[in-house]
Amino acid sequence: MATAGAPARTVAPKIVAKGAQKRFPTRRGWVTAVESVDLEVAEGEFVCVVGPSGCGKSTFLRILAGLDHATAGEARIVPGSDPKQPLNAVVFQEYAIFPWKTVLANVAFGPQMRGVTRAEREAIARAWIAKVGLERFEDYYPAQLSGGMKQRVSIARALAHDPQVLLMDEPLGALDAQTRAVLQEELLRLWEETRKTVVYVTHSIDEAVLLGDRVVVMTAHPGRVKTEFRIDLPRPRDLTTTSTPAYAALTGAVWAALRDEVRAAMAQDAEEVRS
Amino acid sequence: MNRARPTSAWAVPAAVLAATLAAGFAFDLWTQAWWALLGVAFVCVVLTAEAVEGRLAVRHLGAYQRALALGFPIALLAVWEALATTGVLNPRWFPPPTQIAAALWDLIVSYDRFNRTSLIGRPWLVPERLATEGWAGVRALVDEAHLTATLGRVLGGFAIGAAPGVLVGMAMGLNRTVRHMLDATMSAIYVLPKIAIFPILMLVFPDPFGEGPKIAVVAISAFFLVAISTMAGVQGIDPVYLQAGRNFGANRWQMFRHVILPGALPIVFNGLRLALGTALIVIVAVEFVRADRGVGFLIFYYWQVLVTPKMYAGLFVVMALGVGLTALLQWLERRAMPWRKG
Repeated sequence: MATAGAPARTVAPKIVAKGAQKRFPTRRGWVTAVESVDLEVAEGEFVCVVGPSGCGKSTFLRILAGLDHATAGEARIVPGSDPKQPLNAVVFQEYAIFPWKTVLANVAFGPQMRGVTRAEREAIARAWIAKVGLERFEDYYPAQLSGGMKQRVSIARALAHDPQVLLMDEPLGALDAQTRAVLQEELLRLWEETRKTVVYVTHSIDEAVLLGDRVVVMTAHPGRVKTEFRIDLPRPRDLTTTSTPAYAALTGAVWAALRDEVRAAMAQDAEEVRS
Repeated sequence: MNRARPTSAWAVPAAVLAATLAAGFAFDLWTQAWWALLGVAFVCVVLTAEAVEGRLAVRHLGAYQRALALGFPIALLAVWEALATTGVLNPRWFPPPTQIAAALWDLIVSYDRFNRTSLIGRPWLVPERLATEGWAGVRALVDEAHLTATLGRVLGGFAIGAAPGVLVGMAMGLNRTVRHMLDATMSAIYVLPKIAIFPILMLVFPDPFGEGPKIAVVAISAFFLVAISTMAGVQGIDPVYLQAGRNFGANRWQMFRHVILPGALPIVFNGLRLALGTALIVIVAVEFVRADRGVGFLIFYYWQVLVTPKMYAGLFVVMALGVGLTALLQWLERRAMPWRKG
């Protein structure tokens, strides 16, 4: 069941964050987005990060992705044995698939940037498109797809890049509840197949407990790691997992840890509005 | 929509319309209150058309709406025709459309011996000239045509101005230093009416009355519009696409080719469309002032010699040119951005 504190390590971590901090200058002085994050993620581990909005969890993910730099400390992915394999691929909340490319060209984008030949990269792309169930939509443009289909394309694009670490920034946040449930099951299935190392940022406790091996709870702004929970629910999981008592106990525990932080964040927001 | 309206729904406004028009002619109201008559007539036409639409089957609605779009300008021309032939409009300044059409036909088929020009270059003479004078003869035919003169200046100037416009706009959009250096200057020059720098251009070119300054003034007009909108297009790209490009390992060239260029393209084409319209305005104005061929010259010449039907025919040609070139650009736009039409 839930055990607070870092788990014992036997292998070298895949992701190391030590005192990762992000501050940026504004007209009213320095603003701290991420105060100090310490986190280690093992190879093949699925870690979910939850926290109140504005706690800097997305910023932390962007630092890991190399899209942003830490102003102090570090947050990095430990390179694997194959130097050609990309370190990471991000699944963005706003999908961020290119509207001017077809589904096929979008999914083939990563290999194309690495100089993989057309035939080869399209074969890779087709395989992943089939795995997310979009075979018939290869030649469609994103504008012709629903939100759920767009996010499937985004996930397929990230997996076709074959990264060492998959970084997901609230990927299902913009979807309706039913589409979200379907995609959660698909993510579980894909993860069983690939066993990638995943860092998954979400604001949904239910989602974090359903998907993750570990749930990291962050404090309200400025963000640091408050506590973490090991999720030892048996795999493979699916939506029936959510009706087990163990699942209920875990979500309850995570919520108990998060509640005070959400209240703190709301109080900060109110302060912001007043000033 | 209520589909069971009585006949009176369209009969009443139609009757009012007929009565208005009749009264207009009977009491000679047109000269004093033409605006009131036209207003009443327009409202009656709209009411009648709406009432008719209400009685139509749904499957006929599309055809009916197209008929309205086409029918309105035809009706307008018919009214013009009636007013001009009855003398309500002075036919000297507003010749009836049939006369304008005849003048247009005359311009197309005939050769102006005085100016040594024709409208479209008498293409039916091509085989004959080719036999007697070779390609030089065909070239002379192309050179005598108003249409090819204007078209050449517009297309030439547009191409010469738009291509560097896209490049400079891209540079301004991508590089902050370039943007800070050029933005204020470009915006200032952009608002300057380009026709005002035509005299300078005439001094710059070795032949002030040749094609050089005319093409240059079109090119300059196109350049600033295209550069400014390209810059806006590049800056308007959603940063999340740039992040995605970077995250998937795109290098500088790949970033440009796969993210920035397609991302900016919609706004670039917006700029191109505006630039094309501006190019037409500028070239007609230049041809008014300083040209012995071109559609602008044609309009101005027939104004000077008071042959108004041919002047209107010239206006019609400019209109057709604008519509044709815009259609061409839209075709290009659809080819360049297949993702825009779902």
